[in-house]
Amino acid sequence: MYAQQVETGTKAIKSLAEMGPEERAFQEKIDAEIKIEPKNWMPDNYRKTLIRQISQHAHSEIVGMLPEGNWVTRAPTLKRKLQLMAKIQDEAGHGLYLYSAMETLGADRDEEIEKLHSGRAKYSSIFNYPTLNWADMGAVGWLVDGAAIVNQVPLQRTSYGPYSRAMIRVCKEESFHQRQGYEILLHMMRHGTQAQKDMVQDAINRLWWPSLMMFGPSDAESPNSAQSMAWKIKRHTNDELRQRFIDQTIPQLELLGCTVPDPDLKWNEERGHYDFGEIQWEEFYEVLKGNGPCNRERLETRRNAIQDGAWVREAAVAHANKKQKQQAAA
Amino acid sequence: MTKYDELTEFLLRLGDSALIQAQRLCEWTGRAPALEEEMGMMNVGLDLVGQARNWYEYAAERINDDTDTDADTLAFRRDERAFRNLLLVEQPNGDFAVTMTKQFFYDAWQFHLLTMLKGANDERIAAIAAKSLKEVTYHLRRSSQWVERLGDGTEESHQRMEKAVDAVWRFTFELVEKNDAELALSESGNIPALTELPGKWLATVNEVFAKATLTVPDAPNTFYLSARTGMHSEHLGTLLAEMQFLQRAYPDASW
Repeated sequence: MYAQQVETGTKAIKSLAEMGPEERAFQEKIDAEIKIEPKNWMPDNYRKTLIRQISQHAHSEIVGMLPEGNWVTRAPTLKRKLQLMAKIQDEAGHGLYLYSAMETLGADRDEEIEKLHSGRAKYSSIFNYPTLNWADMGAVGWLVDGAAIVNQVPLQRTSYGPYSRAMIRVCKEESFHQRQGYEILLHMMRHGTQAQKDMVQDAINRLWWPSLMMFGPSDAESPNSAQSMAWKIKRHTNDELRQRFIDQTIPQLELLGCTVPDPDLKWNEERGHYDFGEIQWEEFYEVLKGNGPCNRERLETRRNAIQDGAWVREAAVAHANKKQKQQAAA
Repeated sequence: MTKYDELTEFLLRLGDSALIQAQRLCEWTGRAPALEEEMGMMNVGLDLVGQARNWYEYAAERINDDTDTDADTLAFRRDERAFRNLLLVEQPNGDFAVTMTKQFFYDAWQFHLLTMLKGANDERIAAIAAKSLKEVTYHLRRSSQWVERLGDGTEESHQRMEKAVDAVWRFTFELVEKNDAELALSESGNIPALTELPGKWLATVNEVFAKATLTVPDAPNTFYLSARTGMHSEHLGTLLAEMQFLQRAYPDASW
């Protein structure tokens, strides 16, 4: 989930009767749950929206490595170090996999990354928060990957074939990360010292609201949702997914013996769901605008990585060309 | 500063080198020149932490003192003077050329050493070496290819590689030195004789550097420093301060 507020470029959804024959055939396929594949006809806005959505997701995987990179050099045991390194490696893999899915739509990886670096493309707001103690590595796995899974499980059935297949693989690995993250916290709560328990509660206090913001604005503020849902590149509304996440997370929170910083959180017997307090949407929009606590550092790190590595990539190309010439001459 | 028996010291040399090399790779997270290299570096790092754990577990069993020494205490509770890692791997990452040059020198050393150790009489050493060698064979292929690409790539990459070799070459003396402790270990039958290791290491360096159009410097003249006695460069202390922070700050914690 890592895609929030994806612009669809459409103001009103067309009915089948208003569509031309190609678009009608396309929509009928979607309605019949038949996957759209790269070579099939698709409306321009469907293509563009998907490129935006998948690239946002890919960017999020890559930027998401940075808050973990902040702790991988300080992991407390060899086992935890191995787990975190493996998680970071998975995320790089997800990024590659998603960029490939995006390229089937005719987009170019380097161009999309350039949009990220120049601030024209987004990534998930959650990665603009700092990781300030080791328990954050547990809480990120549990809450952030947990929220991502809630969003991505329905996307396994998304209408675009390559995206759907990418999501199936990504979801498997993220479920693993989520269990691992939870286990980090559970171990600290059950076997840890008071200082460790305090770390866990502190991590949850800081990451709880930003995790809820990962689902994007409330439905009333999501003008693009209807079109994305008609195209089945989004299958549930932001508020539905947020509620699902809260409902499944609170029992896990109770098992930890921790609390969330929301005095209004309580079970609503009548609705069969948890009620929860008002999300600070000003904060969310500030973070999206680039004013979050770490936006600047995250982008700077990524920009530097690409700039500092330019000579390496050029050398690899130059060497490959030399080899090719030598082979041609031989 | 504790000095253990020769075999244990040897195990620590292998384990510490793998862990410190991996720690330097972790520092690259999110900063690699390409996504494929993010994965490549993490992949190598994961193998090395796994190898370190195997060597440490064996060392810890041999130490078997009343302080419950285990792999984690060896990794996270020893001071720099007790670390036995090669000086080479504790050197800062520098640019990708320095990182890859260090990696290549280390991989070539590991490759030949492990090839010899898999024939050790000590079955535990033979087993860990055989398992590690599969991983290190890939590591060496990868780093050799990068040295070749960067050495024989562009003018800039060639210059950077020359600078990188110049920066770290002096620490390679440890990869080719003859050593009494290891001689004793081979004479007592624990490990095979390692007399051919320096020659093999240098042959690999010569071969790859020729393809990379790089010059192999003269044998380094380095004195005073020696990982075997814990005489490290100043870089190791700060690396450990970061890596060991949680275990040191919260000695009673369970992670």
